Amino acid sequence: MTTASAIDFGRPAARRQSLWRYWRGGLQGSEFTWAVAFIVPYVAVFLAFVVYPAFYGLWMGSNPSLYAEVFSDPIYLNTVVNTMIFLAFGVNVKLFLALMLSGFFMRPGWWTKALLLIFVLPWAVPALPTFISIHWMLNGEWGLVNNALYILFGIDGPSWLNSRWLALGSAILSHVWKWTPFWTVILLAGRMSIPQEIYDAAKVDGATGLKRFTHVTFPLLANLYLVLTLLATIFLLGDFNSVYFVTGGGPANSTHLLATLGVVRDMLELGKPQLGVAAVMSALPLLIPLVIILMRKLKTSEAQL
Amino acid sequence: MTTITADARPRSAAARPAERMRRAARRWRYLTNAGAAVVSVVLLVWTLTPIYNIVMVSLEAEGDVAVTHIWPPQPSVESFWVVLTEGHWYLEAFWHQFGNSVFLAAMVTLFVLLIGTLTTFSIGRMRIRNGWIITNAALLTYVIPASFLAIPFYLIMNRYGMQNNPWSVIAVLVTFATPYAIFIFLEYGRSIPLELDESARIDGASPIQIYFRIYLPLMAPALVAVGTYALLLAWNEYLYQFLLLSNDRSMTVAVALGKFLNSDVAPWNYMMATAIVYALPPIATYYMFRGRMSAGLTMGGVKG
Repeated sequence: MTTASAIDFGRPAARRQSLWRYWRGGLQGSEFTWAVAFIVPYVAVFLAFVVYPAFYGLWMGSNPSLYAEVFSDPIYLNTVVNTMIFLAFGVNVKLFLALMLSGFFMRPGWWTKALLLIFVLPWAVPALPTFISIHWMLNGEWGLVNNALYILFGIDGPSWLNSRWLALGSAILSHVWKWTPFWTVILLAGRMSIPQEIYDAAKVDGATGLKRFTHVTFPLLANLYLVLTLLATIFLLGDFNSVYFVTGGGPANSTHLLATLGVVRDMLELGKPQLGVAAVMSALPLLIPLVIILMRKLKTSEAQL
Repeated sequence: MTTITADARPRSAAARPAERMRRAARRWRYLTNAGAAVVSVVLLVWTLTPIYNIVMVSLEAEGDVAVTHIWPPQPSVESFWVVLTEGHWYLEAFWHQFGNSVFLAAMVTLFVLLIGTLTTFSIGRMRIRNGWIITNAALLTYVIPASFLAIPFYLIMNRYGMQNNPWSVIAVLVTFATPYAIFIFLEYGRSIPLELDESARIDGASPIQIYFRIYLPLMAPALVAVGTYALLLAWNEYLYQFLLLSNDRSMTVAVALGKFLNSDVAPWNYMMATAIVYALPPIATYYMFRGRMSAGLTMGGVKG
């Protein structure tokens, strides 16, 4: 307290007091101290484990010559292409399926409810065992997929993980497998919150079947769908598990995403963490606008996930 | 069909369109039911195949998965027994690692609930001025992918000698789970009338008493939802545990499972049995608290 008053010495006392009152709001004496004490843990966590690492990362990646090295690396350029493909297909396939399936799960009856319980399994089971399982299922010689293809149809399937495009496709499908249930559950709740009266009114006006979807359901879900698309894009940009376990970045480092490239190849294999930070940071021009738009959307609509 | 048309014929002409409409409706219902059946089968196969594969491999009698069948000829549960009794040198520390996972998840849950409720009590109930700065910080943390901070975080923890210390992982998981807790608690807290706090205050209760006696008990449903979320997040997380917990004594089950993948001669049936033992607690937790969890997950999300 004494230091504060020493700093404020030159200021008029009235102003100092009003500023103090402004910061305290309607809280009295010790209550203000309590209120501050209660937020201190979160502020400390945020400063120590978000702000500090973020600035440490920015400082590590601030050397311009790093980017020359990153951009001249053919594997990095492949990775950028992979990330784009992963984003374009992963996000849209996943959310479109979720939108359609949420309509399917609106059907009445015990069967749909039971099916929903099974359908959310991929999301409820930890990512690690199922992705490892998919990795083995796709083995060209003794994986379940090729065994089943041979037994059922007499076809010799390809080595799924030995070609870049098949491997990348497999990783995308694994991601879709894992995350579609999550988005379906959210869109299902969105559909359920649409009042039945709206549908009844629309029915009187002749909107049934497909028209009901295009003129009633989708317009009401559109904003939610947009927010979910942005969120899914950001989450997918940081996805590590599906590529790391399903393809391992292989064959020959051709299916990495930015996160796996930075952590696995640059930091752990090459021992050059700066390079990894630079690779990850090259996603910032895409990430920052997305974050800003999403934060605005989430605030204005008070949609929280 | 023939009897219906025979019956319909003598009737007046006015009955026919109605009959036709009813028949069309019935045909439409058959079609949608058939469509739903097809969708159901496709969904079941799609959802269950990778899980089926885990079960199948875990039931193989020998450790060899280089097989060409789609169901083991002699299924055996021996591999589960080996896992539970640590009967293979890969699994020597299984229960220790399981304990590590439990400790990690429990601590993350505890701290997420503690820090989350303290923060929202201050912002939502005591209405501290400029609380929006905190909610914005939380929102920002929520939308940053955790893996983007992995490299700097790893180097920082190495620098302070925190490698192989579970608290380094607990810290990062608490950081990334608390924002969600703050949103849910703020949202849920709005349904509790502020007058309760005020009347307690008039009766001379201190903020800490209000927090323990009024706020926490009334928030119980939200605490369960967020606690489940934090528990699952911590149990299932891999990247940070893999980076920070690398020695045999400190690693969790998730890291041990990942290590199996990188070895050439691992006994796959043991590994898949381990995977099932590892996956059962979160599945059980999930289905137990499913109702509350998804209520929390979508709370407000549907307002969008």
